[in-house]
Amino acid sequence: MNHLLRRLAPLTDANWKLIDDEVAARLTPALAARRVVDFSGPLDWTHSATNLGRTRPLKFADVDGVGALQRRVLPLVELRADFALSLGELRDHDRGALDPDLDQLDAAAYRMAVAENAAVVHGWREAAITGISEASPHEGAPLAATIDAYPGPVAQAAELLLRRGISGPYALLLGPDEYTRVIESAEHGGYLLLDHLGKILDGPIVWCPGVNGALVVSLRGGDYLFESGQDLAVGYERHDSDTVHLYIEESFSFVAATPEAAVWLRPDETGAQRSAKSRRRAS
Amino acid sequence: MGVDQYHEPPDELPAATRTFARMCASLTEEAEAIGWYEQRMAVEEDAGARAIMHDAQGEEFKHFSMDLEFLLRRTPRWREIARGVLFQDGDIVQHGEAAEATSAAGDVGGESAGPDGSGSLGIGGLRRSAP
Repeated sequence: MNHLLRRLAPLTDANWKLIDDEVAARLTPALAARRVVDFSGPLDWTHSATNLGRTRPLKFADVDGVGALQRRVLPLVELRADFALSLGELRDHDRGALDPDLDQLDAAAYRMAVAENAAVVHGWREAAITGISEASPHEGAPLAATIDAYPGPVAQAAELLLRRGISGPYALLLGPDEYTRVIESAEHGGYLLLDHLGKILDGPIVWCPGVNGALVVSLRGGDYLFESGQDLAVGYERHDSDTVHLYIEESFSFVAATPEAAVWLRPDETGAQRSAKSRRRAS
Repeated sequence: MGVDQYHEPPDELPAATRTFARMCASLTEEAEAIGWYEQRMAVEEDAGARAIMHDAQGEEFKHFSMDLEFLLRRTPRWREIARGVLFQDGDIVQHGEAAEATSAAGDVGGESAGPDGSGSLGIGGLRRSAP
Protein backbone atom coordinates (compact mmCIF):
# COMPACT_ATOMS: atom_id res chain seq x y z
CA MET A 1 0.00 0.00 0.00
CA ASN A 2 1.36 3.42 -0.91
CA HIS A 3 0.85 6.82 0.73
CA LEU A 4 -2.63 7.22 -0.73
CA LEU A 5 -3.84 4.57 1.78
CA ARG A 6 -6.63 3.55 -0.60
CA ARG A 7 -6.97 0.05 0.84
CA LEU A 8 -7.94 1.51 4.24
CA ALA A 9 -11.07 3.14 2.84
CA PRO A 10 -14.41 1.36 3.45
CA LEU A 11 -15.03 1.26 -0.30
CA THR A 12 -15.69 -1.55 -2.71
CA ASP A 13 -13.78 -1.97 -5.96
CA ALA A 14 -16.90 -0.71 -7.75
CA ASN A 15 -16.91 2.40 -5.52
CA TRP A 16 -13.27 3.13 -6.33
CA LYS A 17 -13.92 2.68 -10.04
CA LEU A 18 -16.86 5.08 -9.84
CA ILE A 19 -14.78 7.66 -7.96
CA ASP A 20 -11.68 7.37 -10.17
CA ASP A 21 -13.71 7.49 -13.38
CA GLU A 22 -15.71 10.51 -12.22
CA VAL A 23 -12.63 12.45 -11.09
CA ALA A 24 -10.81 11.71 -14.36
CA ALA A 25 -13.88 12.67 -16.39
CA ARG A 26 -14.20 15.99 -14.51
CA LEU A 27 -10.52 16.82 -14.57
CA THR A 28 -9.59 16.00 -18.15
CA PRO A 29 -11.58 18.73 -19.95
CA ALA A 30 -10.60 21.34 -17.36
CA LEU A 31 -6.83 20.67 -17.35
CA ALA A 32 -6.30 23.15 -20.16
CA ALA A 33 -2.71 24.11 -19.34
CA ARG A 34 -1.65 20.50 -19.99
CA ARG A 35 -2.92 20.90 -23.56
CA VAL A 36 -0.21 23.44 -24.37
CA VAL A 37 2.88 22.33 -22.40
CA ASP A 38 5.25 19.37 -22.51
CA PHE A 39 4.53 16.80 -19.83
CA SER A 40 7.32 14.80 -18.18
CA GLY A 41 6.64 11.96 -15.81
CA PRO A 42 5.05 10.86 -13.61
CA LEU A 43 8.33 10.39 -11.73
CA ASP A 44 6.85 9.04 -8.50
CA TRP A 45 5.75 10.56 -5.20
CA THR A 46 9.33 10.39 -3.94
CA HIS A 47 10.54 12.77 -6.69
CA SER A 48 11.10 16.12 -4.96
CA ALA A 49 12.83 18.55 -7.31
CA THR A 50 13.44 19.46 -10.94
CA ASN A 51 17.02 19.82 -12.15
CA LEU A 52 17.62 23.35 -13.44
CA GLY A 53 21.20 22.72 -14.56
CA ARG A 54 22.27 25.85 -12.69
CA THR A 55 24.60 26.42 -9.76
CA ARG A 56 25.37 29.09 -7.22
CA PRO A 57 28.83 29.72 -5.75
CA LEU A 58 29.55 28.69 -2.19
CA LYS A 59 32.32 29.91 0.03
CA PHE A 60 34.35 27.10 1.55
CA ALA A 61 36.53 28.88 4.05
CA ASP A 62 37.97 25.87 5.86
CA VAL A 63 40.31 24.76 3.09
CA ASP A 64 42.28 27.11 0.90
CA GLY A 65 42.35 26.40 -2.81
CA VAL A 66 39.04 24.55 -2.93
CA GLY A 67 36.10 26.05 -4.78
CA ALA A 68 32.50 25.00 -4.28
CA LEU A 69 29.22 25.26 -6.16
CA GLN A 70 25.77 24.25 -5.10
CA ARG A 71 23.22 22.90 -7.58
CA ARG A 72 19.98 24.86 -7.96
CA VAL A 73 16.77 22.90 -8.25
CA LEU A 74 13.09 23.72 -8.39
CA PRO A 75 11.21 21.88 -5.62
CA LEU A 76 7.97 20.21 -6.59
CA VAL A 77 4.73 21.47 -5.08
CA GLU A 78 1.93 19.29 -3.78
CA LEU A 79 -1.66 20.26 -4.58
CA ARG A 80 -4.50 18.65 -2.68
CA ALA A 81 -8.28 19.14 -2.71
CA ASP A 82 -10.35 17.41 -0.01
CA PHE A 83 -13.87 16.14 -0.46
CA ALA A 84 -16.34 13.92 1.36
CA LEU A 85 -18.83 11.38 0.06
CA SER A 86 -21.83 9.79 1.71
CA LEU A 87 -21.27 6.10 2.41
CA GLY A 88 -25.02 5.62 2.00
CA GLU A 89 -24.81 6.96 -1.54
CA LEU A 90 -21.93 4.61 -2.32
CA ARG A 91 -23.78 1.60 -0.86
CA ASP A 92 -26.71 2.54 -3.10
CA HIS A 93 -24.31 2.60 -6.04
CA ASP A 94 -23.30 -0.95 -5.11
CA ARG A 95 -27.00 -1.87 -5.34
CA GLY A 96 -27.14 -0.45 -8.84
CA ALA A 97 -28.15 3.17 -8.29
CA LEU A 98 -27.16 5.16 -11.37
CA ASP A 99 -27.19 8.66 -9.88
CA PRO A 100 -25.01 8.77 -6.76
CA ASP A 101 -24.45 12.24 -5.31
CA LEU A 102 -20.85 13.15 -6.21
CA ASP A 103 -21.20 16.94 -6.05
CA GLN A 104 -18.34 17.43 -3.59
CA LEU A 105 -16.06 15.29 -5.74
CA ASP A 106 -16.94 17.31 -8.84
CA ALA A 107 -16.25 20.58 -7.04
CA ALA A 108 -12.90 19.32 -5.74
CA ALA A 109 -11.85 18.20 -9.23
CA TYR A 110 -12.71 21.62 -10.61
CA ARG A 111 -10.70 23.36 -7.86
CA MET A 112 -7.68 21.20 -8.65
CA ALA A 113 -7.88 22.00 -12.35
CA VAL A 114 -8.23 25.73 -11.64
CA ALA A 115 -5.24 25.67 -9.29
CA GLU A 116 -3.03 23.78 -11.76
CA ASN A 117 -4.02 26.01 -14.69
CA ALA A 118 -3.44 29.19 -12.67
CA ALA A 119 -0.02 28.02 -11.46
CA VAL A 120 1.14 27.16 -14.99
CA VAL A 121 -0.30 30.19 -16.77
CA HIS A 122 0.04 32.94 -14.17
CA GLY A 123 2.67 31.50 -11.82
CA TRP A 124 2.90 30.89 -8.09
CA ARG A 125 5.40 33.15 -6.40
CA GLU A 126 5.59 31.32 -3.07
CA ALA A 127 6.37 28.08 -4.91
CA ALA A 128 8.98 29.80 -7.13
CA ILE A 129 6.94 28.90 -10.22
CA THR A 130 7.06 31.50 -12.99
CA GLY A 131 3.95 31.19 -15.11
CA ILE A 132 3.73 31.47 -18.88
CA SER A 133 2.12 34.93 -18.79
CA GLU A 134 4.65 36.24 -16.24
CA ALA A 135 7.60 34.90 -18.18
CA SER A 136 6.52 36.28 -21.55
CA PRO A 137 8.49 39.37 -22.61
CA HIS A 138 5.78 40.35 -25.08
CA GLU A 139 3.30 43.12 -24.46
CA GLY A 140 0.09 41.78 -25.97
CA ALA A 141 -2.78 44.05 -26.86
CA PRO A 142 -5.53 43.94 -24.24
CA LEU A 143 -8.56 41.92 -25.14
CA ALA A 144 -11.05 44.17 -26.83
CA ALA A 145 -14.08 45.48 -25.01
CA THR A 146 -16.41 44.13 -27.66
CA ILE A 147 -16.33 40.51 -28.69
CA ASP A 148 -16.31 41.48 -32.40
CA ALA A 149 -12.84 42.95 -31.89
CA TYR A 150 -11.25 39.77 -30.43
CA PRO A 151 -9.62 38.70 -33.73
CA GLY A 152 -7.46 41.84 -33.72
CA PRO A 153 -5.41 41.16 -30.55
CA VAL A 154 -5.25 37.43 -31.32
CA ALA A 155 -3.96 38.02 -34.85
CA GLN A 156 -1.43 40.56 -33.56
CA ALA A 157 -0.20 38.02 -31.00
CA ALA A 158 0.18 35.28 -33.62
CA GLU A 159 2.03 37.66 -35.93
CA LEU A 160 4.28 38.76 -33.05
CA LEU A 161 5.22 35.14 -32.34
CA LEU A 162 5.91 34.48 -36.03
CA ARG A 163 8.15 37.55 -36.19
CA ARG A 164 10.17 36.21 -33.26
CA GLY A 165 10.63 32.87 -35.01
CA ILE A 166 8.14 31.00 -32.85
CA SER A 167 6.32 28.69 -35.23
CA GLY A 168 2.77 27.44 -34.84
CA PRO A 169 0.26 26.03 -34.63
CA TYR A 170 -0.92 28.25 -31.82
CA ALA A 171 -3.52 27.59 -29.15
CA LEU A 172 -5.74 30.18 -27.54
CA LEU A 173 -6.50 29.65 -23.85
CA LEU A 174 -9.55 31.57 -22.72
CA GLY A 175 -10.97 32.12 -19.26
CA PRO A 176 -14.52 30.78 -18.81
CA ASP A 177 -16.24 34.14 -19.36
CA GLU A 178 -14.23 34.90 -22.48
CA TYR A 179 -14.75 31.36 -23.82
CA THR A 180 -18.51 31.60 -23.40
CA ARG A 181 -18.58 34.95 -25.19
CA VAL A 182 -16.54 33.53 -28.08
CA ILE A 183 -18.58 30.38 -28.68
CA GLU A 184 -21.90 32.22 -28.52
CA SER A 185 -20.84 35.02 -30.87
CA ALA A 186 -21.10 35.50 -34.58
CA GLU A 187 -19.41 38.40 -36.36
CA HIS A 188 -21.03 40.69 -38.88
CA GLY A 189 -22.25 38.50 -41.68
CA GLY A 190 -22.91 35.55 -39.38
CA TYR A 191 -19.39 34.08 -39.47
CA LEU A 192 -18.74 32.26 -36.22
CA LEU A 193 -16.07 33.97 -34.13
CA LEU A 194 -14.83 30.55 -33.02
CA ASP A 195 -14.11 29.59 -36.64
CA HIS A 196 -12.47 32.92 -37.42
CA LEU A 197 -10.09 32.63 -34.43
CA GLY A 198 -9.35 29.02 -35.31
CA LYS A 199 -8.24 30.05 -38.82
CA ILE A 200 -5.93 32.72 -37.38
CA LEU A 201 -4.33 30.29 -34.94
CA ASP A 202 -4.32 27.05 -36.94
CA GLY A 203 -4.84 25.48 -33.51
CA PRO A 204 -7.40 24.85 -30.80
CA ILE A 205 -9.38 27.32 -28.71
CA VAL A 206 -9.38 25.96 -25.19
CA TRP A 207 -11.65 26.60 -22.20
CA CYS A 208 -9.25 27.27 -19.34
CA PRO A 209 -10.69 27.87 -15.88
CA GLY A 210 -8.14 29.72 -13.78
CA VAL A 211 -6.90 31.91 -16.63
CA ASN A 212 -7.39 35.63 -16.47
CA GLY A 213 -7.87 37.06 -19.96
CA ALA A 214 -6.39 34.95 -22.77
CA LEU A 215 -3.12 33.37 -23.79
CA VAL A 216 -1.83 32.74 -27.31
CA VAL A 217 0.83 30.03 -27.09
CA SER A 218 2.80 27.97 -29.58
CA LEU A 219 2.14 24.23 -29.69
CA ARG A 220 5.45 23.38 -31.41
CA GLY A 221 6.75 21.83 -28.14
CA GLY A 222 9.96 22.20 -26.18
CA ASP A 223 9.04 25.60 -24.75
CA TYR A 224 7.32 24.79 -21.46
CA LEU A 225 7.89 21.81 -19.18
CA PHE A 226 5.40 20.45 -16.66
CA GLU A 227 7.22 17.87 -14.53
CA SER A 228 4.94 15.52 -12.68
CA GLY A 229 6.02 13.70 -9.54
CA GLN A 230 2.81 11.93 -8.69
CA ASP A 231 0.15 12.54 -11.29
CA LEU A 232 -3.40 13.24 -10.17
CA ALA A 233 -4.71 10.53 -7.89
CA VAL A 234 -7.40 10.00 -5.28
CA GLY A 235 -6.34 9.16 -1.73
CA TYR A 236 -8.04 8.22 1.53
CA GLU A 237 -8.05 10.48 4.61
CA ARG A 238 -10.56 9.07 7.15
CA HIS A 239 -14.14 7.93 7.58
CA ASP A 240 -16.94 7.71 10.13
CA SER A 241 -20.20 5.80 10.06
CA ASP A 242 -21.78 8.12 7.49
CA THR A 243 -19.04 9.70 5.44
CA VAL A 244 -15.73 8.88 3.81
CA HIS A 245 -13.21 11.71 3.47
CA LEU A 246 -11.00 11.52 0.37
CA TYR A 247 -8.76 13.88 -1.54
CA ILE A 248 -7.34 14.53 -4.99
CA GLU A 249 -3.60 15.04 -4.98
CA GLU A 250 -0.66 15.63 -7.28
CA SER A 251 2.91 16.92 -7.17
CA PHE A 252 4.55 18.92 -9.95
CA SER A 253 6.87 21.71 -11.00
CA PHE A 254 6.74 24.00 -14.01
CA VAL A 255 9.54 25.66 -15.98
CA ALA A 256 9.21 28.14 -18.86
CA ALA A 257 12.22 27.27 -21.03
CA THR A 258 11.28 29.62 -23.89
CA PRO A 259 9.46 32.56 -22.29
CA GLU A 260 8.89 34.26 -25.65
CA ALA A 261 6.73 31.40 -27.00
CA ALA A 262 3.47 32.93 -25.71
CA VAL A 263 1.62 36.23 -25.56
CA TRP A 264 -0.76 37.07 -22.75
CA LEU A 265 -3.77 39.20 -23.65
CA ARG A 266 -4.93 41.07 -20.58
CA PRO A 267 -8.66 41.16 -19.94
CA ASP A 268 -10.39 44.39 -20.80
CA GLU A 269 -11.20 45.62 -17.29
CA THR A 270 -13.47 48.44 -18.45
CA GLY A 271 -15.39 46.06 -20.66
CA ALA A 272 -15.70 43.56 -17.82
CA GLN A 273 -16.99 46.28 -15.52
CA ARG A 274 -19.49 47.40 -18.14
CA SER A 275 -20.57 43.83 -18.61
CA ALA A 276 -21.03 43.33 -14.87
CA LYS A 277 -23.06 46.53 -14.61
CA SER A 278 -25.26 45.54 -17.53
CA ARG A 279 -25.83 42.12 -15.95
CA ARG A 280 -26.83 43.78 -12.69
CA ARG A 281 -29.20 46.09 -14.55
CA ALA A 282 -30.66 43.16 -16.43
CA SER A 283 -31.30 41.33 -13.18
CA MET B 1 2.97 3.38 -40.02
CA GLY B 2 3.43 5.36 -36.84
CA VAL B 3 0.14 4.40 -35.28
CA ASP B 4 0.14 0.68 -36.01
CA GLN B 5 1.09 -0.17 -32.44
CA TYR B 6 -2.27 1.09 -31.24
CA HIS B 7 -5.17 -1.30 -31.04
CA GLU B 8 -7.67 1.40 -30.13
CA PRO B 9 -8.12 4.94 -31.57
CA PRO B 10 -5.00 6.86 -30.36
CA ASP B 11 -7.06 10.00 -29.65
CA GLU B 12 -9.07 8.08 -27.08
CA LEU B 13 -6.03 6.69 -25.27
CA PRO B 14 -4.37 8.48 -22.32
CA ALA B 15 -0.79 9.62 -22.95
CA ALA B 16 0.56 7.07 -20.46
CA THR B 17 -1.16 4.25 -22.34
CA ARG B 18 0.24 5.48 -25.68
CA THR B 19 3.74 5.48 -24.20
CA PHE B 20 3.13 2.01 -22.81
CA ALA B 21 2.07 0.77 -26.25
CA ARG B 22 5.11 2.31 -27.93
CA MET B 23 7.45 0.64 -25.47
CA CYS B 24 5.70 -2.71 -25.96
CA ALA B 25 6.26 -2.30 -29.72
CA SER B 26 9.94 -1.51 -29.08
CA LEU B 27 10.28 -4.58 -26.88
CA THR B 28 8.86 -6.74 -29.66
CA GLU B 29 11.24 -5.26 -32.24
CA GLU B 30 14.28 -5.84 -30.03
CA ALA B 31 13.25 -9.46 -29.45
CA GLU B 32 12.88 -9.95 -33.22
CA ALA B 33 16.34 -8.47 -33.84
CA ILE B 34 17.87 -10.79 -31.24
CA GLY B 35 16.32 -13.75 -33.06
CA TRP B 36 17.52 -12.53 -36.46
CA TYR B 37 21.12 -12.13 -35.28
CA GLU B 38 20.99 -15.57 -33.72
CA GLN B 39 19.98 -17.07 -37.09
CA ARG B 40 22.59 -15.07 -39.05
CA MET B 41 25.38 -16.17 -36.73
CA ALA B 42 24.24 -19.78 -37.04
CA VAL B 43 24.80 -19.77 -40.82
CA GLU B 44 27.67 -17.28 -41.17
CA GLU B 45 31.04 -18.95 -41.81
CA ASP B 46 33.23 -15.82 -41.74
CA ALA B 47 34.54 -15.40 -38.18
CA GLY B 48 34.98 -11.64 -38.58
CA ALA B 49 31.40 -11.17 -39.68
CA ARG B 50 30.17 -13.40 -36.85
CA ALA B 51 32.08 -11.27 -34.35
CA ILE B 52 30.36 -8.12 -35.57
CA MET B 53 26.95 -9.82 -35.41
CA HIS B 54 27.75 -11.00 -31.90
CA ASP B 55 28.58 -7.45 -30.89
CA ALA B 56 25.39 -6.12 -32.51
CA GLN B 57 23.28 -8.75 -30.77
CA GLY B 58 24.70 -7.51 -27.46
CA GLU B 59 23.26 -4.07 -28.28
CA GLU B 60 19.85 -5.65 -28.82
CA PHE B 61 20.11 -7.47 -25.48
CA LYS B 62 20.71 -4.11 -23.85
CA HIS B 63 17.82 -2.42 -25.67
CA PHE B 64 15.45 -5.26 -24.85
CA SER B 65 16.45 -5.16 -21.18
CA MET B 66 15.97 -1.39 -20.94
CA ASP B 67 12.55 -1.57 -22.60
CA LEU B 68 11.51 -4.37 -20.27
CA GLU B 69 12.70 -2.56 -17.15
CA PHE B 70 10.79 0.60 -18.19
CA LEU B 71 7.60 -1.38 -18.65
CA LEU B 72 8.03 -3.26 -15.37
CA ARG B 73 8.52 0.00 -13.47
CA ARG B 74 5.29 1.37 -14.91
CA THR B 75 3.35 -1.85 -14.25
CA PRO B 76 3.68 -3.03 -10.64
CA ARG B 77 1.67 -6.22 -11.16
CA TRP B 78 3.79 -7.23 -14.14
CA ARG B 79 6.89 -6.42 -12.08
CA GLU B 80 5.64 -8.55 -9.20
CA ILE B 81 5.00 -11.55 -11.46
CA ALA B 82 8.33 -11.05 -13.26
CA ARG B 83 10.14 -10.99 -9.94
CA GLY B 84 8.75 -14.44 -9.20
CA VAL B 85 9.87 -15.84 -12.56
CA LEU B 86 13.09 -14.12 -13.66
CA PHE B 87 16.54 -15.18 -12.44
CA GLN B 88 15.11 -18.13 -10.52
CA ASP B 89 16.40 -21.69 -10.66
CA GLY B 90 13.92 -24.56 -10.98
CA ASP B 91 10.71 -25.08 -12.94
CA ILE B 92 9.82 -21.96 -14.91
CA VAL B 93 6.14 -22.89 -15.33
CA GLN B 94 5.71 -23.55 -11.61
CA HIS B 95 7.33 -20.23 -10.76
CA GLY B 96 5.05 -18.48 -13.23
CA GLU B 97 1.86 -20.01 -11.84
CA ALA B 98 2.91 -19.25 -8.27
CA ALA B 99 3.84 -15.64 -9.06
CA GLU B 100 0.54 -15.04 -10.85
CA ALA B 101 -1.46 -16.52 -7.97
CA THR B 102 0.41 -14.40 -5.42
CA SER B 103 -0.17 -11.27 -7.49
CA ALA B 104 -3.90 -11.96 -7.89
CA ALA B 105 -4.32 -12.53 -4.14
CA GLY B 106 -2.75 -9.16 -3.40
CA ASP B 107 -4.77 -7.23 -5.97
CA VAL B 108 -7.60 -6.05 -3.77
CA GLY B 109 -9.04 -2.63 -3.02
CA GLY B 110 -8.29 0.44 -5.12
CA GLU B 111 -4.50 0.24 -5.00
CA SER B 112 -4.06 -0.90 -8.57
CA ALA B 113 -6.01 1.93 -10.18
CA GLY B 114 -4.44 3.64 -13.17
CA PRO B 115 -2.22 2.28 -15.90
CA ASP B 116 0.84 2.15 -13.62
CA GLY B 117 -0.93 0.57 -10.65
CA SER B 118 0.09 3.41 -8.33
CA GLY B 119 -3.39 4.79 -7.76
CA SER B 120 -2.76 7.50 -10.36
CA LEU B 121 -5.67 8.36 -12.63
CA GLY B 122 -3.30 8.14 -15.61
CA ILE B 123 -4.23 11.50 -17.09
CA GLY B 124 -0.68 12.55 -18.01
CA GLY B 125 0.06 14.98 -20.82
CA LEU B 126 -2.73 16.31 -23.03
CA ARG B 127 -0.85 18.38 -25.63
CA ARG B 128 -1.46 17.80 -29.30
CA SER B 129 0.60 19.54 -31.97
CA ALA B 130 -2.42 19.90 -34.24
CA PRO B 131 -6.01 21.00 -33.60
